[in-house]
Amino acid sequence: MPMIELVDVSKNLAGKQVLDHMSLIVEEGETKVIIGRSGVGKSVTLKHIVRLMEPDTGQVRVQGRDVLSLKGKDLSELHRQIGLVFQGGALFDSLTVGENVGFVLREHMGTKPVEIEERVRESLALVGLYNVEQVMPADLSGGMKKRVALARAICTRPKIILYDEPTTGVDPITADAINLLIDELHDKLKVTSIVVTHDMRSAYKVADRIAMLYEGRIIAEGTPDEMRYSHNPYVHQFITGAAHGPITEGQSSIVKNSID
Amino acid sequence: MTTPRGFYATIGRRIVNFFSFFAGLVRLTVQTLVQIPARPLGAYRFFEQSNKIGINSFPIVSLVSFFIGVILALQTAYIMQKMSSEIYIASIVAVSLTRELGPVITALIVAGRSGAGITAELGTMAVTEQVDALQTLGSNPIKYLVVPRFLSLTVMVPVLTVFANAIGIFGGYLIAVYRLSIRSSLYMNMTFQTLVYKDLYTGLIKTIFFGMIIAIVACFEGLNVRGGAEGVGKATTRSVVNTFILIIASDCFFTALFYFFWE
Repeated sequence: MPMIELVDVSKNLAGKQVLDHMSLIVEEGETKVIIGRSGVGKSVTLKHIVRLMEPDTGQVRVQGRDVLSLKGKDLSELHRQIGLVFQGGALFDSLTVGENVGFVLREHMGTKPVEIEERVRESLALVGLYNVEQVMPADLSGGMKKRVALARAICTRPKIILYDEPTTGVDPITADAINLLIDELHDKLKVTSIVVTHDMRSAYKVADRIAMLYEGRIIAEGTPDEMRYSHNPYVHQFITGAAHGPITEGQSSIVKNSID
Repeated sequence: MTTPRGFYATIGRRIVNFFSFFAGLVRLTVQTLVQIPARPLGAYRFFEQSNKIGINSFPIVSLVSFFIGVILALQTAYIMQKMSSEIYIASIVAVSLTRELGPVITALIVAGRSGAGITAELGTMAVTEQVDALQTLGSNPIKYLVVPRFLSLTVMVPVLTVFANAIGIFGGYLIAVYRLSIRSSLYMNMTFQTLVYKDLYTGLIKTIFFGMIIAIVACFEGLNVRGGAEGVGKATTRSVVNTFILIIASDCFFTALFYFFWE
């Protein structure tokens, strides 16, 4: 049974068909990277998995359960099993780093303060941060915010981690450190991950498999090597970052589901 | 150049927007009321907000209501001196403040200060995905963000109004006693003889609804911000303007209601 499954999902936002009968399967323990241009629907895909958005048509299943049928406690349970790392961190400005990381434990799990403190320290250590519990998010650098966001996402030890553009807006060295962190967490916590990015260096580094999203569908999928040497002109243009090619010529709906 | 068709389309769009705004307010009010008893109660957030809204608004509410009391006494004196009826200044100041000016001025100050702050805060949270993050962490944004603000405004606006009334009457007292030479005991007698419980009740009942209006409009505008910093600015302006209009409109409604049906 796949860990995450999107079946024939379509979503129209403000008149634009963002997802168009899109299907995606993520197996347990796999790190799948979704690549594609900005605004192509990568983040929207993640939001469907945690039910921040609901599809117009199609199904979203996590561990075989239809996400759309979940309510109340079941939905909260789903949220506890999935950690979503937002692009900008989305740390709560009014709370300290420690309060951000231990948020779920304090608000929903009735964990004792001493245990929360311990778990927060552990989670921060996993992302390489020490003695920052009392710092306010506004005083952190971009890279540190991403790490704290990651610590918050893993604090409940989820089975799935979703990363929305984890390396966007940070310097190349911090980006590489974040890539290493994604790999390390995958190995240590044995999580299933989806990483949404347009940074190909990051994609090659962390992916077990890469899927390319174009015009609302997955048009190609394969291992990093298969994608690197793909003859698919869309994939080729994207991974080489060429200004000219089928993507920028506005061609559409020609290629689907193939790596030549 | 605007064509007749474009003109009617604009009017039509405005009407639709107006009704969808009201529908949004009603929906948010119902969702908020449903979430009040939901667990975890999070009482500490209520006290946190009450502190921010109530205690921090107290100095400005006191200052403005003091000035209103002084102005009211001076303006009334202008007419009353012509009729040699200065002793009625106390009655007019007391009744005007408790029935009308105290509640409305307090609500407008809180709307301008706290309502705008709430919209800006929630709006910033919405555009930086903090509201989405709340949901993915298993918290209902209405329970976590709207309920404590709604409850604390509903409680704190009436509490602030009581202080505003008292401080306003004190402002009037200072002018009457030290400027117009009315005896202190006479002023106090005239104030309390004129005031009846109905004056206090009707004034305070209104403020409960004013508090609810401020909270719901501010949270609605904040949670529905789109378009980054510019969106937050526009929503904050819209929140203050809409709250002011709704406070005055509901004040008119309650005044008419109390006048015709609560003799």
